[in-house]
Amino acid sequence: MTPTPGSANSIALQLDRVSRHYTLGASAIRAVDDVSFTIRGGEFVALLGSSGSGKSTLLNLMAGLDRPTSGAIHADGRNLAELSSLELARYRRNTVGMVFQSFNLLPRMTLAENVELPLRLAEVDRDERATRVAEALQRVKLDKRTAHRPAELSGGEQQRTAIARALVNRPRILFADEPTGNLDSATGESIMNLLLEIQSGLGMTIIMVTHERPIAEKFATRLVMMGDGKLLSDGANQEITSGVSQ
Amino acid sequence: MKLRDMTELAVRNLREALFRNSLTTLGVAVGVASLVAMLSLGVGLQNLASNRLTKSGLFDSVFVTPKLNMRGGPPSTAVQQPETRLLDEDARREISKLPNVIEVFPQIRFPTEVRFAEKPYPTVVAGMPLSSKQSGAFDGMKGTFFSGENANEAILQIEFAKELSKETDSLVGKSLSIRYAERQQLADSSGGFSIIPKEKQLQIIGVVETEPASGFGGFGNGRLLIPIGVAQSLRAAQVNDLRDVVRGGAATKQTYASLTVRAKTTANVDDIEAAVKKMGFGAFSLLDASKSLKIFFRVLDLLLGLFASLALAVATLGIVNTLVMAILERRREIGVLKALGAADSDVKRLFFVEAGVMGLIGGIAGVILGWLIGRALTLATNIYLKRQELPGVEISSVPLWLVLFGIGFAIAVSLVAGLYPASRAAKLNPVEALRYE
Repeated sequence: MTPTPGSANSIALQLDRVSRHYTLGASAIRAVDDVSFTIRGGEFVALLGSSGSGKSTLLNLMAGLDRPTSGAIHADGRNLAELSSLELARYRRNTVGMVFQSFNLLPRMTLAENVELPLRLAEVDRDERATRVAEALQRVKLDKRTAHRPAELSGGEQQRTAIARALVNRPRILFADEPTGNLDSATGESIMNLLLEIQSGLGMTIIMVTHERPIAEKFATRLVMMGDGKLLSDGANQEITSGVSQ
Repeated sequence: MKLRDMTELAVRNLREALFRNSLTTLGVAVGVASLVAMLSLGVGLQNLASNRLTKSGLFDSVFVTPKLNMRGGPPSTAVQQPETRLLDEDARREISKLPNVIEVFPQIRFPTEVRFAEKPYPTVVAGMPLSSKQSGAFDGMKGTFFSGENANEAILQIEFAKELSKETDSLVGKSLSIRYAERQQLADSSGGFSIIPKEKQLQIIGVVETEPASGFGGFGNGRLLIPIGVAQSLRAAQVNDLRDVVRGGAATKQTYASLTVRAKTTANVDDIEAAVKKMGFGAFSLLDASKSLKIFFRVLDLLLGLFASLALAVATLGIVNTLVMAILERRREIGVLKALGAADSDVKRLFFVEAGVMGLIGGIAGVILGWLIGRALTLATNIYLKRQELPGVEISSVPLWLVLFGIGFAIAVSLVAGLYPASRAAKLNPVEALRYE
């Protein structure tokens, strides 16, 4: 598979005073409140925080699934807040890949068909689709199980399939929302190793939401802490960076 | 997403809830079936009526009479002619030279008494030109058509044949004699004539189920058909003979009670009719009646179609219900599709295609079902007619346009039914859809 990496040190995403507010009855909920930071190409960023801290909402905003109430999110030189819904769909299709906690594979489709889905949406030719699906499944070591359906796989295998699906369109940024949340610790670790391998192998930018600090500290290069919708802290993962420097 | 991929996904989705989608599709099929069955009856009855009338040779013909006939009444045209023209051989030749006229032949009909198996059977004889074979009226007849214009042969209309024998097929090859009144010119110069009873032997060569000599002139529908040459040679007394006598001196010249002018197509009938009237004769055709008949059947089709469409309207509610249920069930899937890059229009088109596929399958099944209903009705009608000793008929017909219309209408209605669910699915917020359990 030919990667389309976010070139190192280029800006992959830039958030400028991003807020996402909801109204629930009479009360206003500030799910994300005035958050600003920049993510460079090739970074492995972990968004940490307790439940309701706004990390998943922020991930959805960065992935183009939602629009900010105010502020700007710059990706590929464009402000996502100003894109039309069609342009946002193209951004999700071509620039980003998504991995979910509950895998979100379509149960009636085989592994190969699930992985092929983004290529269908991108109107890639059938011949090329077959090649790219095979490559993606080979990368996650599921090339022997292409005809299986999700229900016939373990949780770890399903998540690996979801990662293959996220990679198949060769995105620059991979968003992972609690990718190990539904897995046991050993399987979770293998998934994290796979993500790490992809990040280093393809030079891809990975932004992962997790509430498991040990996992974040073990794999991410940068830790961003959220609390009550606000950015609490943002810094390099000392454990990783010191490990790298040693 | 490309249409092929979209269709594959849609069919896969439909197969997921097979039972529910089959019931919905069945609803569409029943709606289309009722529409097709109703319209096929309309078309079938129209064909039945127009075929019978066409085969009678009435619609491509203009009937010419002398302007002043025995019935009196006002002239058939407002244009005043200087003098009354005789409908004689000169007139016949003149009319036959008009453009788009195939032939002009006199209508010769006279009452007769048929002698068969030593029993008398009163009926009407009609002289038929050899060209009448091409009208289609003799298609499917038992036996053969006239061998020549002067052959002493007779073809029996089936209703009359049944009077002669229950086994109508067995009549072919047998002989009968007809007794008729021959007009014989008196030797003096009075212009009068005698009526002499005569008899003629004929061989039965065929039995025809249609009525090739129905319509106008003479003494009503001809039920014993003979070649026109033979009919002319018999010089049988005609309805215009009395008029010829009172006309005086001109009575020595043979005239015709009426002439039938056959046009190349029904489109030429109006022009020929006008030209004949201009020549000073009375002329009329049944084309106007045929137009009224067409309007009647169009209105009938419309009403039948409207009633049948009600069933299809109910079926569309089923499609709306099924697709709305599908949205609820596949909310998360829609969220996944959007997260993977599906645009709102992709989601909308996916549901549209699903509705369209249900319409297509329902339409095809409905057309087949409607055709079967039509066949069953035809079968039941023919069983009834057979018991009444009447010939069978085709009361339903599913032409290609009805097949295409049935399927097309089903797809169109299904797409309309898919409008609301498709736009509802397209508007789903992907974040909320992904959160849905």
